Amino acid sequence: MLAIYKKELRSYFTNPLGFVFVGIFLAVSALLFSYTTFLSKTYDTSSYFLLMIFVLVLLLPLLTMRLFAEEKKLRTEQLLLTAPISLTGMVLGKFFAAFTMFFGCMLVSCINLIPLYAIAAAERGNLSYSTTYVGPVTAQIVGSMIAIILIGAAFIALGTLVSTLTENQLAAAIITMAAIFGLIFTSLISSFVPVVWIRTALNWISVLGRFSNLSSGVFDIAAVVYYLSLTFVFLFLTVRVYEKRRWN
Amino acid sequence: MIKIERLTKNYGSNCAVDDISFEIQKGETVGFLGPNGAGKSTTMNILTGYLSASAGRVAIDGIDVLADPIGAKKLIGYLPEQPPVYLDMTVDEYLKFNYELKGCTLEREPHLAEICEVVKISHVRKRLIRNLSKGYRQRVGVAQALIGNPPVIIFDEPTVGLDPKQIIEIRSLIRSLGKDHTVLLSTHILQEVQAVCDRIIIINKGKIVADEKTENITRVVEGNRRFNVKICGPQREVLDTIKSLPGVSYAELLAQKDGDACTYMVESEFGVDVRKKLFYTVAEHDWAMIGLESLGMSLEDIFITVVNKTEEDKSDAESGKRNKSSAPKRTRRTRNTLENDLADTLVKDAEQKRAEAAEVSDEDM
Repeated sequence: MLAIYKKELRSYFTNPLGFVFVGIFLAVSALLFSYTTFLSKTYDTSSYFLLMIFVLVLLLPLLTMRLFAEEKKLRTEQLLLTAPISLTGMVLGKFFAAFTMFFGCMLVSCINLIPLYAIAAAERGNLSYSTTYVGPVTAQIVGSMIAIILIGAAFIALGTLVSTLTENQLAAAIITMAAIFGLIFTSLISSFVPVVWIRTALNWISVLGRFSNLSSGVFDIAAVVYYLSLTFVFLFLTVRVYEKRRWN
Repeated sequence: MIKIERLTKNYGSNCAVDDISFEIQKGETVGFLGPNGAGKSTTMNILTGYLSASAGRVAIDGIDVLADPIGAKKLIGYLPEQPPVYLDMTVDEYLKFNYELKGCTLEREPHLAEICEVVKISHVRKRLIRNLSKGYRQRVGVAQALIGNPPVIIFDEPTVGLDPKQIIEIRSLIRSLGKDHTVLLSTHILQEVQAVCDRIIIINKGKIVADEKTENITRVVEGNRRFNVKICGPQREVLDTIKSLPGVSYAELLAQKDGDACTYMVESEFGVDVRKKLFYTVAEHDWAMIGLESLGMSLEDIFITVVNKTEEDKSDAESGKRNKSSAPKRTRRTRNTLENDLADTLVKDAEQKRAEAAEVSDEDM
């Protein structure tokens, strides 16, 4: 598993894909951050994090599209499948490599927060008296970060699954985008559904619906479990795809 | 070391491997021979755990591939049909990745250096695999299979796409590996098998049609008594005289003239050497024998006959069911009797072995 993890991580930086991902991710997040906070003259970061989810829809498939599709095309999957490692180890190695890329970018993008805190500190210094708290709410930011990272993990797991189903990287990327959009749109659709129980059900499974609690700074354990199990299900299915392929 | 029992693999309704059984002893080098689509690669993929069998059992050194896949895979070095190389890695990186992937415990640098030395890729270790030629990629693939010094080595068509010099090098490499490894290689190049293997298994349409020691086959091939003889003399009389000799089963005038001599193709009965008698007879008639050249039967002949034979038998049996007469085939078969005899024995042997294996496993049940 470690060997595959290292190999995947390395290969992100031996071809342009990794650099493209990191570059776009950091640029877009910085841009969105300044638009939603500095330029809108607010300390509220919630719209930034919400928009970031939509950015992930477009960017994460870049990370996952080649994971298995390329191996299949180059016939190198034969090497991995005949090596003395378990299927689970192989899938997890690849998943964590993609996740590490995303996680690293997410952490680096926290640099965006520094000027916001700096401005807030300056403003507080100027006010001789203050009745209300001025500045970003740290609890909200931490909660949103946790939520986004978990959502990203689920998306990556979904992308990993899709990547096993095709040899074509482009197809893998596009199908992944469509599938993630599907996940997100369930919550948007639900508000148009007049039947209450369907609406409840859709809200229950929707990715965005569970985001609100965490992003408002409440540590919602149900949401965390939900995102983790979503990730688990997709990774489990990935392993099953390979297991099944041996048998047919 | 490798034990395959009643292995069957179906792709949907298409049966790629049909109930084959064989065993390979430790230290044997076995050639797996067959036309395209015969089931060679499928069998190898099942052996290495890439595919699962529809039925049957495969064990490597007593470890069932299905029950303990990781344990079994540890014992195998496998080179698939297409070398599984990552184009964006250098040779060095690729080998190190494989070293880690296989959880190899030998000391890394000397081990990799030794392997590179053996397959002669030391001078390209720093180069990207993308920039290597097919032959070098193949060698990198071979190197990958050798990492960790596995006791069982499986090569799927290792010399495809190599130049003649490289082919010879790879063959001698396989021969040297065969000294202390169990080697199974598939190929459709017959000289290769003859050159490196102790044993030949011929497979066609998912069934084993022959399973013999190479030396046995070679002996039969050399026991073949077909030769071209050049004799000066009146053609018809010479031909009649040759035909009337006891022990000669077939003679024919070939249209090759060399001065006043003609070339005749003579085939003797199995195990009878008529050359001496032929010489004296010709001498008695005062004709000069100016050349005698034995025509060895090539492995190709055997291979083709064995493969055709099984197909013919099958169609014979089928047409026999429909109408009893299969006369036209008989006449065709009187030619090349030797090949047919040989093919007959090989096919019968294989059938017998199959039956024995079936009996054994029936008893097990």
